[in-house]
Amino acid sequence: MIYQHDIIIVGAGLAGLRAAVECADQSDVAVVSKVLPTRSHSGAAQGGITAALGNEEEDRWEWHFFDTVKGSDYLGDQDAIEILVKDASRAIYELEHMGVPFSRTPEGKISQRNFGGHTRDYGTKPVKRACYAADRTGRVVLDTLYDQCLRHRVKFYSEYYVLSLVFEKGRGAGVVVYDLATGELHLLQGKAILLATGGGGKIYKTTSNSNSTTGEMFSLVYQQGVPLEDMEFIQFHPTGLYPLGILVSEAARGEGGILRNRLGERFMEQYAPTVKDLAARDVVSRAILTEVREGRGIAGKDYVHLDLTHLGEEKISERLWEIASFVRIYLGLDPVYEPIPVQPTCHYVMGGIPTDRNGRVLADEKGSIVPGLYAAGECACVSVHGANRLGCNSLLDLLVFGRRSGMTMKEEVAQHHPPSLKTDPLKPAEDKLIQLLEQKGREKIDPIRKRLQEVMMAYGSVFRNEEGLKKGIDEIWTLRNRYQGIEVMNKGRVFNFELMEAIELGHQLFLSEVILFSALHRRESRGAHFREDFPMRADNTYLKHTLVFQTPKGLEVRYKPVTITRFQPEARVY
Amino acid sequence: MLVKLKVFRFDPSKDKEPYYQAYEVEAAPMDRLLDCLNRIRWEQDSTLSFRWSCGHGVCGSDGMRINGICGLPCQKLVKDFKEEVLIEPLPVFEVVKDLIVNLEPFFVKYHSIRPYLISKTPPPEEERRQSPEEQHLFEEAIRCILCACCTASCPVNQNKETEKYVGPAALVRAFRYLFDSRDEASEERTALLDHKDGAWGCQTLWKCTEVCPKEIPVTKQIGQVKKRIYEAKKKGGLS
Repeated sequence: MIYQHDIIIVGAGLAGLRAAVECADQSDVAVVSKVLPTRSHSGAAQGGITAALGNEEEDRWEWHFFDTVKGSDYLGDQDAIEILVKDASRAIYELEHMGVPFSRTPEGKISQRNFGGHTRDYGTKPVKRACYAADRTGRVVLDTLYDQCLRHRVKFYSEYYVLSLVFEKGRGAGVVVYDLATGELHLLQGKAILLATGGGGKIYKTTSNSNSTTGEMFSLVYQQGVPLEDMEFIQFHPTGLYPLGILVSEAARGEGGILRNRLGERFMEQYAPTVKDLAARDVVSRAILTEVREGRGIAGKDYVHLDLTHLGEEKISERLWEIASFVRIYLGLDPVYEPIPVQPTCHYVMGGIPTDRNGRVLADEKGSIVPGLYAAGECACVSVHGANRLGCNSLLDLLVFGRRSGMTMKEEVAQHHPPSLKTDPLKPAEDKLIQLLEQKGREKIDPIRKRLQEVMMAYGSVFRNEEGLKKGIDEIWTLRNRYQGIEVMNKGRVFNFELMEAIELGHQLFLSEVILFSALHRRESRGAHFREDFPMRADNTYLKHTLVFQTPKGLEVRYKPVTITRFQPEARVY
Repeated sequence: MLVKLKVFRFDPSKDKEPYYQAYEVEAAPMDRLLDCLNRIRWEQDSTLSFRWSCGHGVCGSDGMRINGICGLPCQKLVKDFKEEVLIEPLPVFEVVKDLIVNLEPFFVKYHSIRPYLISKTPPPEEERRQSPEEQHLFEEAIRCILCACCTASCPVNQNKETEKYVGPAALVRAFRYLFDSRDEASEERTALLDHKDGAWGCQTLWKCTEVCPKEIPVTKQIGQVKKRIYEAKKKGGLS
């Protein structure tokens, strides 16, 4: 079947839904998602959304601006960051008006809490900037935006999996989707295509990301000749529940939680003397793993303790209910009385599909635009997070740039007619699918994927070096050869998740190589990218964005400058 | 330890009738039942189909019936099961394949209660004010993850004669808006729910409350919705 809409949005998380709400008044909008409504990974966000509302104490957008630039280790583009922080208050009030059930101050305003890297007066002390609904902020915003989409009669194609992107004369014209429930292929044609597909944490063994966060869109776009930007910057959240990797929000430290090593020491005092446990995530993750490496992990193992026992039952059950419930269910511990075992967990992709400030996808380092194609949210790189994202800036990014993409798309689709396609994009997609289903081989998906997750963990996580990165790339090539010999055992068409995962794995191997390749070429340490062989930041050489292109000769790395408007790079100390 | 599972299987493209298939999986005591299901799928039988995503009780994807009780296998640990575990799809809904059911009717009912804030007064430039006490009135209800375990467990929804009942999940969301001080559509909402398939469909059987993976006092909240309807009618002189 062929379905026509003005605007096709891929991904039903916060960026996609915020964009949909924005354009649904004037355009015919369809949202495609591989999961059912409200299952998208944005719902797992816990801690909050930043905005300098100043509801709890004095705050200013200029301080938020500085913190975000410093948090990004000066790699974020300051023109884009300025848009993000200046638009934050409006974005929050708008959510409140839509009905988001924020927690409240005694005066009835939106409550705000501390979060890592957010400070007053340019780094002097922590400031309460994260607006929250207990520790289920992402879920309630997702619910609210979904409800708004229902109200605006946005069309949903749920449990449809995108197989390929369709272009006509270089312009984004649609997507080919695989209906998971029937196994049928359809073409969704549109005048503008927004990619809002989230991150790709599932390439790592330990991750806070959901099963749907597999990252195939990075690879799909990349194979269309679009470069990927700053992919070496992968955030490890300091506090994943040990050993599952489930997120334990920074809100736990924002509310007063303390990290302790085997000796009971509050070790963050040494790594970040001013803000301690509320330093930026890259700093805290490295600190935890340094403690572990030096033998101060709990019971000699690779985790430390997050201590909430001094907070009291009332505060924990009111503000950290979900987290407390995870700890009780999965570890059988009560965080009111016992410390929580935590370890860094893969959480967020700072890099992504390069876009301008209005969500338009960029084709090269000169800023050429790919017409008809947009990206927003975690899969995009504007870049507001640079080398390290601050907590609660992600939801803000989704809302601000999701909306801006929506505004741009509805303006631009009014000037275009629906594309008439010269060739049938369904046939090649169908052929590829049948080939994968019928192919004989000795390899299975699961062992290859497990090995990939181990390789990325060993060589592409918090600490990296040249030898490991090269080894990792070699291993990925070996896995790619093995992937050629896979056989999909399930030949059915109805909810065949083995087939879907086989397709995903092919893309994950591409994505992983781009990450390690980008990391290999950045011979310095900045933000989440730490090179043991180059432990210093090198502004003279590397104050620039990485762009990796696919060429006939293999991967090619190019660079583009960072936009610096207000804050010159300086030493980053917390 | 070795975990034994008996799993409901049905593929409409080839099976005339559903059947049960036995599996054995090696698992650690602290593993989730979800991990066992994934191990079956990845290591033994890739034809088994079920939904899952976040794996920790937030996305609401993996609702199913475990030893006859609706719940999330991502929230159940292996150590709490001694005998063979019976795994079946959620009742009430039509089975599409194996453990996957068609949730379309669930979302249609959810949609029918107008699940969004209705406000007639233009909002101020900043946030609307709401006291912490006002927010606490409905705070438990916002834990809902739309997993459909409550609706699937409800004997009223399970009964073919009364299956049109809007169901507990939709009523929890109705409660959430009725008791939100910012909402200004109380009259429309109570009118919308004032019929035998609305709030009055609830027969106070508590099954929803028993199974809710997020510990929402569902029955109590439905009771408060009924009370609100009753009061609205009394005030309007309609009783």
